[in-house]
Amino acid sequence: GAHTGSKMVSVIPVKEKKLMDVMDVKLGELPSWILMQDFTPKGTFGAFQGSYYRYYNKYVKVKKGGIAGISMVLAAYVVFNYFPYYKELKHEQIRK
Amino acid sequence: MNENLFSSFITPTMMGLPIVIIITMFPSIMFPSPTRLINNRLISIQQWLVQLTSKQMLSIHNQKGQTWALMLMSLILFIGSTNLLGLLPHSFTPTTQLSLNLGMAIPLWAGTVITGFRHKTKASLAHFLPQGTPLPLIPMLIIIETISLFIQPMALAVRLTANITAGHLLIHLIGGATLALMNISTVTAMVTFTILVLLTILEFAVALIQAYVFTLLVSLYLHDNT
Repeated sequence: GAHTGSKMVSVIPVKEKKLMDVMDVKLGELPSWILMQDFTPKGTFGAFQGSYYRYYNKYVKVKKGGIAGISMVLAAYVVFNYFPYYKELKHEQIRK
Repeated sequence: MNENLFSSFITPTMMGLPIVIIITMFPSIMFPSPTRLINNRLISIQQWLVQLTSKQMLSIHNQKGQTWALMLMSLILFIGSTNLLGLLPHSFTPTTQLSLNLGMAIPLWAGTVITGFRHKTKASLAHFLPQGTPLPLIPMLIIIETISLFIQPMALAVRLTANITAGHLLIHLIGGATLALMNISTVTAMVTFTILVLLTILEFAVALIQAYVFTLLVSLYLHDNT
């Protein structure tokens, strides 16, 4: 593929871009991979559906699945809910 | 402090996007659909719970009432999971909004009433007059029964909203009080324990769904089958 010498961000060659799975993308290539993804509604939905099944098959569907599979989802949900309230919570301080 | 107290009940928007839609649809992720005969543990537990609940809930209905099985089970799953997820820190509970509860209560109640009127018109109208009332009381009693019929959807919606909202508010208040009392140690332990007990009692938000669906179900039963 094409290499841009000693620069940090490398560009993914055109032919392989769309077929690469998200797990195989290297961190430096992430911006160009994101730009190459398909942003149509069907494509976005397919991305969400794909990620759901990947997570599900890896963490929940195992033979002796415990509480860890859904706990990770719940923890991510808590963190996700923190962001809309950051503005109001900024003013609270722990009094001395 | 006043503004802070109610800030968890505003519909969440992140950078102007109404993510309340995403949050309302989030519990559906927690219920994967069974694809095989013997599934993984999560699905098996959920299947067992759904079968247990549906058997108990649908046992009092006859053939016609049991066509509502899917509706009732999805209702109880939705309300139960939404309320339980609302107990996590910082999360938004869609059932605290009266709009959603009215949107659930009014169509379902209207469905039961209309079903009763279509199939058993005389029996449905006969509900308005209990047996054996003395003659002078009849007009007043019909008015009272009509009012009590029309208040049913309002009661369903407001009951759910008020219970969940009040519970969340109490948790906020007592949690705030505990933080403020942190310097005075002896009182803190007691207050913290009160929070714990309150949270456990609030876990009976699931019991509240039971109340919701059960009430809906009683109404359905009464209108459909007599």
